[in-house]
Amino acid sequence: MIEIQNVHKSFGQLEVLKGIDLTVSKGEVVTVIGGSGSGKSTLLTCINGLEPINSGKILVDGVEVHAKSTNVNALRQKIGIVFQQWNAFPHLTVIENVILAPRKVLGMGKAEAEAIAEKQLRHVGLGDKLTTYPSRLSGGQQQRMAIARALAMSPDYMLFDEVTSALDPQLVGEVLETLKMLAEEGMTMICVTHEMGFARDVSNRVAYFHKGIMAEIGAPAQLFGDPQHPETRSFLASVR
Amino acid sequence: MFDYTFQWNQALARLPRMLDGAVVTLEVAVLSMLIGIVFAMILTLMRLSDSRPLKAIAATWIEIARNTPALLQIYMAHFGVASFGIHFSPFTSLLIGITFNNAGYLAENFRGALKAIPDTQARAGRSLGMSSLQSFRYIIVPQMLRISFLPMTNQMVWAVLMTSLGVTVGMNTDLYGVTQDLNALTFRTFELFAIAAVIFYIITKIITLGARLIASRLFRY
Ligand SMILES: Nc1ncnc2c1ncn2[C@@H]1O[C@H](COP(=O)(O)OP(=O)(O)O)[C@@H](O)[C@H]1O
Ligand SMILES: [Mg+2]
Repeated sequence: MIEIQNVHKSFGQLEVLKGIDLTVSKGEVVTVIGGSGSGKSTLLTCINGLEPINSGKILVDGVEVHAKSTNVNALRQKIGIVFQQWNAFPHLTVIENVILAPRKVLGMGKAEAEAIAEKQLRHVGLGDKLTTYPSRLSGGQQQRMAIARALAMSPDYMLFDEVTSALDPQLVGEVLETLKMLAEEGMTMICVTHEMGFARDVSNRVAYFHKGIMAEIGAPAQLFGDPQHPETRSFLASVR
Repeated sequence: MFDYTFQWNQALARLPRMLDGAVVTLEVAVLSMLIGIVFAMILTLMRLSDSRPLKAIAATWIEIARNTPALLQIYMAHFGVASFGIHFSPFTSLLIGITFNNAGYLAENFRGALKAIPDTQARAGRSLGMSSLQSFRYIIVPQMLRISFLPMTNQMVWAVLMTSLGVTVGMNTDLYGVTQDLNALTFRTFELFAIAAVIFYIITKIITLGARLIASRLFRY
């Protein structure tokens, strides 16, 4: 379970998160929508401790992410994150990209790590690209590789930050299919997205962010069908 | 006016000794590069650190290395430190001087290479649970070495040529030192130094060609 309790976060003078409360249960898929600059990415980077917070608490399975005593490296093994820019490691082949963290962080042997990597890469449809360098892959393939790389750490949670936004339109579908598959397998996910169709079809709940506040959260049918907040209405009208 | 008679045989008879000198020259150059790379890495990390004194030390080193004559740096490593009662052999002083120079230039190159690698690379590593040091070692350093490979090759060539400055601190076992000693014995000045020039040229060519071969093997991405 991820528990976000009254989280405030500022960059210098700029308050980016103004008291966020959100609980995500095991197996749940929550999508986050909202205008650019509303704090969606910041929230994800706070959840896995890449960014500090100013006040409030984030608990992952009861462990406080920003407590001094918390080992964030160990915590991050539980929380996979994939960014808009997939950040393939260009000097490593596809399978080397995927086995790096299991080997160095989990101390796994080469054979075991490769078996896991191969399984994950097949899972995302890259079984025939194991020894290819990322520069030879399309954006969609690189993004799926980044997903496999995160999955190879056997995380309990996956955070996705606009993973299709940097892709050519014809490549968006294959990555969304991968996310859908993960959701169906019961992965607990928080997905920041601009893909309203995906949010509607896949999520249990949709949250709308506006200027650092979670203005509204609800089941997709409710949020898309009968938005309560005027800002949600105008945002949805603008993206349709 | 031009009454110098070439006596190549006399000079060529000394070739084995010159080749021994070439081995010493290579030894100094290779050692100074290996140690120089390690120090350049350390200087790079010092510059990235949050500590002002560490940053200042690194910056000073790099500035001096790049903006004063290599000859002065080697001279300091021998006669300069002798003023404080520290005495190094000519070999050690030459090695220290060239290493100091290499580290300064390479650190500057590494900094440029680091700038070319997006921050998001290290962040991706940390997101996977890697420590900052692991991210640096396994994700950043390999990319840095690729970007810096050509400058490193140039520095290696430069290191070979810099060994000739060792004569100023009494070095006489390297290629240049040997040549100078032989010259004092035989006065076949032109022939001896021409042969030395050819040997220097061959060494540096082998380095550049070898580096190109290694690069094509190592960097297939
Ligand atoms: N590292 C940072 N330093 C300073 N300001 C930042 C940083 N990251 C994000 N911001 C600012 O915080 C606000 C929210 O950013 P972000 O969370 O990326 O929004 P979103 O993902 O919803 O588009 C923006 O105004 C952005 O400029
Ligand atoms: Mg964002």
